[in-house]
Amino acid sequence: MAEKVLMKGNEAIAEAAIQAGCRHYFGYPITPQTEIAAYMAKRMPKIGGTFLQAESEIAAINMVYGVSSAGKRVMTSSSSPGISLKSEGLSYLAGSDLPALVVNAQRGGPGLGGIQPSQSDYFQATRGGGHGDYHMIVLAPSSVQEMADLTIRGFELADEYRMTAMILADGTIGQMMEPVSFDFKFKEVPEKPWATTGTKNARKHNVVNSLYLNPEQLEKTNIERYQRYEIIKEKEAMAEEYLTEDADIIVAAFGIAARVSKNAVNAARAEGIKVGLIRPITLWPFPEKVFAKAADHAKKIISVELSMGQMIEDVRLATACRVPVELCSRVGGMIPSPDQVYNAIVEAARKGGE
Amino acid sequence: MIVFDRPKALLDVPFHYCPGCTHGIIHRLVAEAIDELGIEGKTVGIAPVGCSVMAYDYFACDMIEAAHGRAPAVATGVKRSDPDNLIVFTYQGDGDLASIGTAETVHAAARNENITVIFINNAIYGMTGGQMAPTSLPGQVTQTSPYGRDVKACGYPVRICEMLSELEGPEYLERVTVNSVANVRKAKAAIKKAFQNQIDGKGFSLVEVISSCPTNWGMTPKEALKWIDDNMIPYYPLGVYKDRSAGILGAADAKKEAK
Amino acid sequence: MTREYLFAGFGGQGLLFSGKVLAYKGLIEDKNVSWLPSYGPEMRGGTANCSVIVSDDPVGAPIVLNPDVLVAMNLPSLDKYESAVRPGGTILVESSLIARKVTRTDVNVYYVPATKLAEEVGAPQLANMILVGKMLSVFGEYNEETVSAALEKCISARHADMLELNRKAMETGKNYTE
Repeated sequence: MAEKVLMKGNEAIAEAAIQAGCRHYFGYPITPQTEIAAYMAKRMPKIGGTFLQAESEIAAINMVYGVSSAGKRVMTSSSSPGISLKSEGLSYLAGSDLPALVVNAQRGGPGLGGIQPSQSDYFQATRGGGHGDYHMIVLAPSSVQEMADLTIRGFELADEYRMTAMILADGTIGQMMEPVSFDFKFKEVPEKPWATTGTKNARKHNVVNSLYLNPEQLEKTNIERYQRYEIIKEKEAMAEEYLTEDADIIVAAFGIAARVSKNAVNAARAEGIKVGLIRPITLWPFPEKVFAKAADHAKKIISVELSMGQMIEDVRLATACRVPVELCSRVGGMIPSPDQVYNAIVEAARKGGE
Repeated sequence: MIVFDRPKALLDVPFHYCPGCTHGIIHRLVAEAIDELGIEGKTVGIAPVGCSVMAYDYFACDMIEAAHGRAPAVATGVKRSDPDNLIVFTYQGDGDLASIGTAETVHAAARNENITVIFINNAIYGMTGGQMAPTSLPGQVTQTSPYGRDVKACGYPVRICEMLSELEGPEYLERVTVNSVANVRKAKAAIKKAFQNQIDGKGFSLVEVISSCPTNWGMTPKEALKWIDDNMIPYYPLGVYKDRSAGILGAADAKKEAK
Repeated sequence: MTREYLFAGFGGQGLLFSGKVLAYKGLIEDKNVSWLPSYGPEMRGGTANCSVIVSDDPVGAPIVLNPDVLVAMNLPSLDKYESAVRPGGTILVESSLIARKVTRTDVNVYYVPATKLAEEVGAPQLANMILVGKMLSVFGEYNEETVSAALEKCISARHADMLELNRKAMETGKNYTE
């Protein structure tokens, strides 16, 4: 096994991307993800890659669009306000069926908001972000190791399904250092016969395009894309289940919220409360089956989020409202404390018998 | 025997452009340049949003449709994906290049990005039905300037070649038109040079083509070509605004043509 | 066992670095570790802190709210975090910069004139490492081998001259008695 090194989450993303064969990075400075750009700026010139600080987030995502059109692995990273700017490009990437990796180290919003961690871009990420019917694969790491692992996975999924994979992280996971090992087995990068690499006068021209003026054709394209989404929902949903088997109370949380929640779950278990944690690793596709199964025995679900309650809607949908779902959250850059989550669990347990 | 043929780099499909529109001529000039330089197999074109949005159906090389104004950024990505083997051009109108995409244009030029930009300036938004463009002339009547462009309210037209010529970055900036046979020849030479510069690794080369829009100008094609001479060129003088290799380094020593 | 540390002081006092050395030492000793800085717009001055957790079990929340160990390098930090320390916990006070005493009686307190000691070693910027040296010795965890290895991980080869100085500062902290 490769030696473990201490690394910031953001740096782990950058290193993993390089190891995944990504040689093109475009970005624009914004806190709290700038370490990714700094890492790329340092490394890319030494390995024959491209680091380019674009004039805007909009330009950066369109440079991504260009490299992806040409069939190469490419990424950009930003934080919440920058992702809003990139949303146009995200929609075009979807409309043109182009693979890309986009990192959002979320910060509090709306507007300029703050620079402290947040999960309030959940809707934006899981519903697509830009205009039109589409999805991105949304991956939610909760450790520095997972920042690396899911970056690799993100590139693979993006290539396999020809769509954007987004790493939906937050300022905390991005800034924290933990041991990480870069010990990966890489899948082969699939052929990209659709890429605009020049015809070499040997084939019909390739066209990368999202314009369909004929509505029947546009409808057909959308329906086909959603058939692909169905396969992804079936095959790619991921979640970690922790002490859920006999749980009366389920805590649902991702990213940094899941780490806080794990402390609370452990503390409550020590008090004899039957509580478990479901940590979605993919936010889209949402791990619906895991929640549906948990709803068979759980009496209450607590959704712990750094938002005013966004994932909670998917939890309710996945459980078809069979179990009451409550919100336990902090916003604006604040993080729920383990005590806050513990108290919510204890309160739920107390009411449980009623 | 000399046969007037379709350039190979143009596909055998009828253009959708209005009668008298000069897009067709300019497409042809681009295709001829590609043919003559023998680069079709390694060329990737970027189409804009606007009348030429479907340029991807006309050029035989690989094509990408970009979001409105973003073609220079997309071109940057494509070029950097394989700088030694790809020739990349954008084909953009005035709304695309000089309004919504100004930042992308200026910064691609500032970086001296090794791409070729064909900029069609017809002083109006054609596809959406004739709205005021960043290059519409003072007093010009359009759907969104029905009383004529009032510079107090909407500001002045943007002269792209002059503006970019003040940047250190770009290699080559020339303004041409296609309203006469002689001018078409000059335009062809400029476009070919803009591609040759890229082949030679010289950097950002932009050719601004003063173009006509008879439909939205409300004129016959012939009147439109005359209107270019009488109104457009006095405001947008033709000429070379920058040609680093030839020692023309900015507006101060630009080689403007009288007419 | 899990121990949660909070390093707090001015930006520029090397809080993040000392936290990193501690975390690396933990990693080298096969522990689970996490390191989390407070981050903000100011790069120098201002208040900064750094959460470090070293544990036999996987680390949950990386944010240290109630530290087992507080290293306070300026007065505002002591004022802010003294009450947060767990009963029975430990506070190390940079006593060349903080004049007041800790008021709590349910914690172990060590006053270390770290800046003064660092000056004596010839490295006034290494007050942070004096405190880490003292802290490790208090817990009987000053393992010369892993301390050295951790320092080597945290100091780039380019600054090799700093390695010895850091070691010396930590050593000085270890040997300091009030």
